[in-house]
Amino acid sequence: MEALTTRAKEVSRKPMSFAESLYIPNILKGMFITFGHMFKKQPTIRYPEQKREFSPVFRGLHVLNRDEQGRERCTACGLCAVACPAEAITMEAAERLEGEENLYREEKYAARYEINMLRCIFCGLCEEACPKDAIYLSETFAPANYSRKGFIYSKEDLVIPNPLTDPEGYAKAKGAPRAINN
Amino acid sequence: MTLLAIDWLLIIEKLVLIAIIVFASLGIALYTTFAERKVAAVLQDRPGPERAGPFGLFQPLADGLKLIMKEEIIPTSSNKALFIIGPGLAMTAALMTCAVIPWGSTVELFGRKMDLQIADINIGILYVFGVVSLGVYGIMIGGWASNNKFSLMAALRGASQAISYELAMGIALIALLMTTGSLSLKTIVDQQMQPGHLWNIAYQPLGFLLFFICAMAECNRTPFDLPEAENELNFGYHQEYSSMKLGFYLFAEYINMIMSSAIMASLYFGGYDIPFFNESILSPNIAALVGVAALLIKIIIFIFIFMWIRWTIPRFRYDQLMNLGWKSLIPLALLNMLVTGAWILYRG
Repeated sequence: MEALTTRAKEVSRKPMSFAESLYIPNILKGMFITFGHMFKKQPTIRYPEQKREFSPVFRGLHVLNRDEQGRERCTACGLCAVACPAEAITMEAAERLEGEENLYREEKYAARYEINMLRCIFCGLCEEACPKDAIYLSETFAPANYSRKGFIYSKEDLVIPNPLTDPEGYAKAKGAPRAINN
Repeated sequence: MTLLAIDWLLIIEKLVLIAIIVFASLGIALYTTFAERKVAAVLQDRPGPERAGPFGLFQPLADGLKLIMKEEIIPTSSNKALFIIGPGLAMTAALMTCAVIPWGSTVELFGRKMDLQIADINIGILYVFGVVSLGVYGIMIGGWASNNKFSLMAALRGASQAISYELAMGIALIALLMTTGSLSLKTIVDQQMQPGHLWNIAYQPLGFLLFFICAMAECNRTPFDLPEAENELNFGYHQEYSSMKLGFYLFAEYINMIMSSAIMASLYFGGYDIPFFNESILSPNIAALVGVAALLIKIIIFIFIFMWIRWTIPRFRYDQLMNLGWKSLIPLALLNMLVTGAWILYRG
């Protein structure tokens, strides 16, 4: 039979020699190994105080982006919903009215935009499909919730805070700066 | 005329001593559970408990509180009286050993000379052996009264293991007693403190090794923890136990560990003797206290070795356990006894 791995070793079934049957030399050997571990560095991350850094390609919670003037970029074209393999995105489009130019960048916008975080697999295909750079995955993750309903994120949860009026909230929603970018 | 002259002061003195020693043993056992978790953690590159209080020092208190608060379950098909007696017996037997251990030399307080030993009986070691054998009843009764086949099997294992290893332990001890010529622990310790007399480990190295292995088996510590082999017997003889009754069983194991460490320190490592130091230059009271500290340090070292072994080597298989006990340890102990006897005759 072909070996499953290159590291496979044949197990010796020889009966124990007298020295081995005394156990003590081997036990002492083992004890020195464990003793050495007392002085090794612990890999533990003490969680609430310390957090593991996200990988540079981490894909977290979605945000609906705004442009520099604080206008929503999304035009409700539906490409993200089409691209979504988990069918987590639902939206309804609406026409921009007179006097709403400071709210929406283009003539059409998403009146309703929902992502079901229980369906979402955080693949990032919506981010890739978006022609307007309106949706991307931030570096935060979806917090726990008591009901399924709480995981259907609507526009209020998704649209990023206005960078002009609320720069702090904007930075927070964007998530921790990526190590690779700095 | 008084028929029976009662020395009330002696009774009070002994009661105070008993209270101190029992509560100190319980306190040390409490923190031994903590030490066990910490030692296990550092040997496995983990931090161990560190959340409760500074450095996690309140962890044993939290563990104890948790055990007390747990629901007390007595299975309907169990033998209720024996079910309750079991853990109590285990605990009592574990604590009774401390009566004959000499914790220190003599202190002088209020013009009275007090031995730091509850009872210096001239058959101290025999008493220890008797009490240790009683400890098996705690396991046996608990396992049987649970009316659970796994508990019963574990209890049977515990009993047969204890009987097998007590034999080798006894024979190893006989060799020691042949050299000391006394069964009183106090006398044995005092002999080792004599100038020009080395600790007994120097005269009985093989005997100590055998005694140590057997003590580990008597305490049901890994690699001899077959009575509580989780993967074969679910949880062992205390499977049906909950709340503080379970706590008593677990606690008794740690007290057994402390007591066997104390006995090993007294028999082979000079008890409260401080190595390379002449205690007589200190005032008696200070010498006694330093002696107690020395004994405690020796006990702590032994407990650490117990834990170190536990977190290093896996459990023996049952047939390996019996082979080791009957085919290796007992012949070695007999040989040790013969060699010691020959040596005594030769020097005679």
